[in-house]
Amino acid sequence: MSFVLWIPLVGPLAFAGLSLLLRGSAHRRFVGVAASSAVLVSGLLLVSAVLDGAVLESGGGMLRADALSAYMLSVVGAVGLISTWGGLSSAASSRTRDAAGYEALIALFLAAMSLAVLADSIGLMWAAVEATTIATAFLVGHHRTRRSLEAAWKYVILGSVGVAIALLGIVLIYAASVGTDTPTLSWVLLSQADLGLDPALITAGGALAVLGFATKSGLAPMHSWLPDAHSQAPAPVSGLMSGVLLSVALYAILRVQSITNLVIGPEFLRAMLSIGGLLSLLVAASLLICQRDYKRMLAYSSIEHMGLMAIGVAIGPAALPSVLLYILGHGLIKATLFVISGRILKVEGTPVISDVRALLVRRPGLAVPWLIAMAAIVGFPPFSIFFSEVGIIMAGWSVGLGGVVGAALVLLLVIFAAFTRLTVQMTIGAPPDGAAFTPDYSAHGPRLPIILALATTATIAFVAEPVGILLLQATAVLGGTK
Amino acid sequence: MFETFYPQLIGLCTGALLLTSALMVWRHSLLASIRLLALQGAALAALVAVIGIAEGESELVLVSLLILSVKGVGLPWVLAHQSKASIKQIQESPRLNPTAALLAVTLLTILSYVVVSRVFGLGDSETGHAAPIGLAMVLIGFLLLISRRRARSQLIGFLLLDNGIATIAFLTSGGVPILLEFAVSLDVLLVVLILHVFAGRMRTKFGGTAVDQLRELHD
Repeated sequence: MSFVLWIPLVGPLAFAGLSLLLRGSAHRRFVGVAASSAVLVSGLLLVSAVLDGAVLESGGGMLRADALSAYMLSVVGAVGLISTWGGLSSAASSRTRDAAGYEALIALFLAAMSLAVLADSIGLMWAAVEATTIATAFLVGHHRTRRSLEAAWKYVILGSVGVAIALLGIVLIYAASVGTDTPTLSWVLLSQADLGLDPALITAGGALAVLGFATKSGLAPMHSWLPDAHSQAPAPVSGLMSGVLLSVALYAILRVQSITNLVIGPEFLRAMLSIGGLLSLLVAASLLICQRDYKRMLAYSSIEHMGLMAIGVAIGPAALPSVLLYILGHGLIKATLFVISGRILKVEGTPVISDVRALLVRRPGLAVPWLIAMAAIVGFPPFSIFFSEVGIIMAGWSVGLGGVVGAALVLLLVIFAAFTRLTVQMTIGAPPDGAAFTPDYSAHGPRLPIILALATTATIAFVAEPVGILLLQATAVLGGTK
Repeated sequence: MFETFYPQLIGLCTGALLLTSALMVWRHSLLASIRLLALQGAALAALVAVIGIAEGESELVLVSLLILSVKGVGLPWVLAHQSKASIKQIQESPRLNPTAALLAVTLLTILSYVVVSRVFGLGDSETGHAAPIGLAMVLIGFLLLISRRRARSQLIGFLLLDNGIATIAFLTSGGVPILLEFAVSLDVLLVVLILHVFAGRMRTKFGGTAVDQLRELHD
């Protein structure tokens, strides 16, 4: 059964090769979908193995799938599927040479994220996170305009420097383990209670590693690359980056936290992550109020949600099931929104909010899913983001972080108001006077991925068996008890 | 015989690392910076080889060869890979004048000695005593990243930062596992290649590689 661990790595790589080999074939456009499906199927197989009580290992303990890894892998696959399927390019445009590289890089990107969540060594996890930057660099710069070049440059410089800081942290954590009997980077070994790691090195190493991965997960004040990169990349890439790459970096923070908690207690990282989370919410709130570009609006929304997730991580085990559910809900909805935003951009030809008016009357085929997904992202029930947010806030009160979650709640209200105003501006209203038009019911792309994503997020919070059990098991992994 | 030379060799190699870092801040010509980077890569490889021989680990000697080929030869070659005539003319006009920059380098070096000795203690090994050099290199790398205007000069700052991290790794724990060392080298090489391509595209799109021109995207 351990071979399943290799499918999400080898599968996408094979599809990437195939994309480069299939010269001028229109089938090439399905490479991203096929690679995501491979990741999703292996993720679900690993989840079922975990629910049966098995923790699979392979490659001499290099790859490992406990409940958390299996869950994250499924999220990567699911968000990947929605993004690539929803953003499927037309047969004509997929024959060019650019398209071959594009599809191959998407597949490599998926493989890198899979490796990041399956690696047992925090060193290998680091290398995989850095590989995601490498794979996405040309995807962000895909349009080759001045703006996308600027976004790509900032993204690669800030992303690599951030991740280099994380490497420094990992080096220090390794130095701490060299003082013990078993020098190791395996986080399973490092998160054992009686290893006797040097607290000073672990404090410095943990802080640097979290700071570095926080850059990659878009937390303020290291967020400045995110709105540029996510707004300039092609829609499916934005969906993948916003929906799941940020969460993969958050996963890295969770793993580092499980090591530092045992040695120095939770207070230190709790303070760091609470400040980062609140700052992210503040940045998102202040820049969303008068946002003019709808793709940037979605990017700031990601900063907001990552900020709240960081607060959840700071709160600790009481909030972690909500955070994990949040990762899935946010990923699916954000991918959906980016896919629809790509379609709006294509038919309307402008990313400016005030230029897109009365969408509901003119193009109901796009406006209706856009409105539903917007309602989900600002946290209306029955979508799972609502339950995650409530769960994190309640957990915050219960562990005595009332001040932090109170401030977060106020900022969430501001963001809610800003989002509502911007969405209403885009969708509601009468079309310009006198202009004759026929309502456009076309979805301008596959409808099914959008319906699937919305239906999943609307129902998943009510499925206690097996989702709830899986989330509790994943939380137990981070507590070091399993 | 080797034991008597060992502390001096460690001192020599780390001294060369710090000196090349300071010179990179001082020199404004891109070609000079690239040559200094190559020299620094060689010094780092020598440091690793010395530690490897002292601890009798053949694996570290292998790593030192890897470092020599990537950091000493490969990366500088990629960076210098355009016509020699044009690269000679590229002069950086940094935000800091040389005197202020060298003063900053001094302060950063003192700062890293203070931080390392206060937070971790220097220990009693030769390598432990030299560890602050690595942190100083990381901080000087940041200084270059912040103060330089040209795309390729920022890239050199990034590589200095990376060399600093590698130096810390080798001085504190005798290097990370070799698999990770490979992965890190590969990642850095690819990032540099990507940024190199972007710098080329920037030249054709913007007519220059000054990063200051990148200001279309903002809120």
